[in-house]
Amino acid sequence: MSRVGVFICHCGENIGRTVDCSRVAQALGELPGVVHSVDYKYMCSDPGQALIKQAIQEKGLDGVVVGACSPHMHEKTFRKAAAGAGLNPFLCEMANLREHCSWIHEDREKATRKAVDLGRFIVEKIKFNRPLSTIFIPVERRALVIGGGIAGIQAALDIADGGREVILIEKEPSIGGHMSQLSETFPTLDCSQCILTPRMVEVAQHPHIKLLAYSEVESVDGYIGNFQVKIRRKARYVDETKCNGCGECQKECPNKKIPGEFDQGLGMRTAIYVPFPQAVPNIPVIDRANCALFRGRAKGVKKVVCSKCAEVCGRKAIDFDQQDTFVTENVGAIVVATGYQLYSIGKEQDSDSLRGYGEYGYGAIPDVIDGLQFERLASASGPTGGKILRPSDGKEPKTVVFLQCIGSRDPAKGIEYCSKICCMYVAKHTMLFHHKVHDGKAVVFYMDIRAGGKGYDEFVRRAIEESHALYLRGRVSRMYRNGDTIRVHGIDTLSGEPVVIDADMVVLATAMRAQPGIAALAQKLSVSYDQHGFLNEAHPKLRPVETNTAGVFVAGACQAPRDIPDSVAMASATASKVLGLFSKELLEREPLIACVDRLTCAGCFHCERVCPYGAVERKSLMDGKGRLIKIVAEVNQGVCQGCGTCQATCPSKSVELEGFRDEQIYAAVNAL
Amino acid sequence: MSAPVTVGNGAFEPSIVAFVCNWCTYTGADLAGTSRILMADNVRVIRLPCTGRIDTLFILKAFERGADGVIVSGCHPADCHYTAGNYHARRRFAIFRELMNFVGIDPRRVTFSWVSASEGGKWAEVVNSTTEQVRQLGPFATYPEA
Repeated sequence: MSRVGVFICHCGENIGRTVDCSRVAQALGELPGVVHSVDYKYMCSDPGQALIKQAIQEKGLDGVVVGACSPHMHEKTFRKAAAGAGLNPFLCEMANLREHCSWIHEDREKATRKAVDLGRFIVEKIKFNRPLSTIFIPVERRALVIGGGIAGIQAALDIADGGREVILIEKEPSIGGHMSQLSETFPTLDCSQCILTPRMVEVAQHPHIKLLAYSEVESVDGYIGNFQVKIRRKARYVDETKCNGCGECQKECPNKKIPGEFDQGLGMRTAIYVPFPQAVPNIPVIDRANCALFRGRAKGVKKVVCSKCAEVCGRKAIDFDQQDTFVTENVGAIVVATGYQLYSIGKEQDSDSLRGYGEYGYGAIPDVIDGLQFERLASASGPTGGKILRPSDGKEPKTVVFLQCIGSRDPAKGIEYCSKICCMYVAKHTMLFHHKVHDGKAVVFYMDIRAGGKGYDEFVRRAIEESHALYLRGRVSRMYRNGDTIRVHGIDTLSGEPVVIDADMVVLATAMRAQPGIAALAQKLSVSYDQHGFLNEAHPKLRPVETNTAGVFVAGACQAPRDIPDSVAMASATASKVLGLFSKELLEREPLIACVDRLTCAGCFHCERVCPYGAVERKSLMDGKGRLIKIVAEVNQGVCQGCGTCQATCPSKSVELEGFRDEQIYAAVNAL
Repeated sequence: MSAPVTVGNGAFEPSIVAFVCNWCTYTGADLAGTSRILMADNVRVIRLPCTGRIDTLFILKAFERGADGVIVSGCHPADCHYTAGNYHARRRFAIFRELMNFVGIDPRRVTFSWVSASEGGKWAEVVNSTTEQVRQLGPFATYPEA
């Protein structure tokens, strides 16, 4: 027979005004198994908690029901109080008499009767509660950071500075990300590389950071505190341990006409290359698709077609037979900082929902470029040495038209969100253009100017007032070649007049999108993502850098369009979360998780299929002689989050979710 | 087991059980309370971690124990705290609706809805509209309903 204690709280007037608390206590006190039932003005106060503790000890209670506010408010308080009196905290539950009763009803009689019902549900349920103990999981205190852009760099440095080991992986040959491609940054116009490259070098030299460039995540197993990550180290065909980055191989490579990724196709590179001079690590990689030797091999040519790079390499670092290798790292936390890609206006789109921009010539006009290409033209390290020159003929453009919201905020083109950074970087572009081409004219077509941020609106005003950019509110309907220029048909909606401009160059502020392949990575990590591929945070306001998979965090533009300050702030936030997680050797988890009854489990594994976390594992049961009896499901305590979908799915009722077991729920329903 | 309750003018007051998830609808119902949104007092909430945990037998059991109506509510699609529990629930209930016809429960006695943690007002609407609907349908007496 149970010995349940019931404690009804008046919450001052909050419950007591509408609910007759002493009548509720009296009614519940008459239920079988209830040996103690009282009401008190403030149960959460110290004297209120003392009442509970005293009753537990004096009456030998084996269950405590507190009828008060929402369990979201004070369940922890009362469980702690119960534990303080020596009762297992999971034998204490709350009935919600405030939010779900007194605050939403006025009729005292009806509210009192409802309060008795709600209390009775919990009294009957608690008779089936079992004592549970906190689960402790060991934590591997090393972190993995995926992505070596500014967000990944910041996260890695902050965690490493906190004294924990970090593995930073980057899929490109060098870290630096998109920020390394930028010329200057808003709203201060400081040079992007000048502030970024010291941090890149810091990463390479940090004793706690293991940098794996040109690597990708192959698979992820495990759970918070105990992830096993298999990493594919892509073959560079250059031995990293031998290469000293002298660059002789690149001088010798005969194929010098390959559009370079770093310069957004505006500059040329060789087949063996480092993406940019300040690359970290400064080790070249061979582009198989464009290397004469590999092309020859692909065609079946036995002879070595070209090996000039290997011949000139004094350290014999070139290895044409290198293969992809795999390493497995054990980490306790993962930070995802994979960044973004830009919307391409071309006809070919990687998603059915995206339309491209036929009216802008589908990107077929060479002097229609995107924002990142303009960054490269304006950058001192870019293909033109920092001179603004048209890609088609190398002439200096005098009239440049900038179009904002290309893709963004346009559901007809497949993207309804605002890409956030474009208003700012277009203002920056008009300034850079004005600084470099003094007699040039910049025209901006915009929908709205969204310049929320410290110093941001002032920056846009500077572009208009000091750099004399002409801002026209309206869209461009059509662009086509008109002799040497591009004819731009737009509208100025403030004057209501159509506008036709013959531009020398057009720069499109194309939308920010999630990286290609993000869905596959998200699936490996069991992290959810929205319809655009941006990773979902656990809570948009209160848990902005966590994901719903414990131990996996997000930073930067992989979560939503972000500028550099936002990305860095997020990255530091993830670092603080990771360091918090690593502050203890053992991780505490609530034991409200599923467990399987091996005796009745038939091994159908429906639970495995419905589990959102991959927490169900297959366990072989052996007899004493090592012969297989059967294979049953087993729940990994570290991975299970306690949703209970497995239990509702199990045909043989062999899974039970602690805290919400069938007999507990049925007891509550039976109390109706 | 309680008989259908009649109070005051003798009008039928239905007894309704709500099975809700902890993260969205329970929190949304909390918000309705915090916002002091008055609503019908016929609904008794039973808290579960996720709609994915809701066995359809809970609903049948509620009817067996004298409920006249049932509400099942969780996070909106794509917003599940556990990523996908609500999708499993949705599939389960799509089939359960057919079963209700088979066992002889008027499907209008069961409301399925999505109420997020920020939708206190919507929770009150669900409570009120379900109560009104079930009130119209009258007491649930036996299987099958004639």
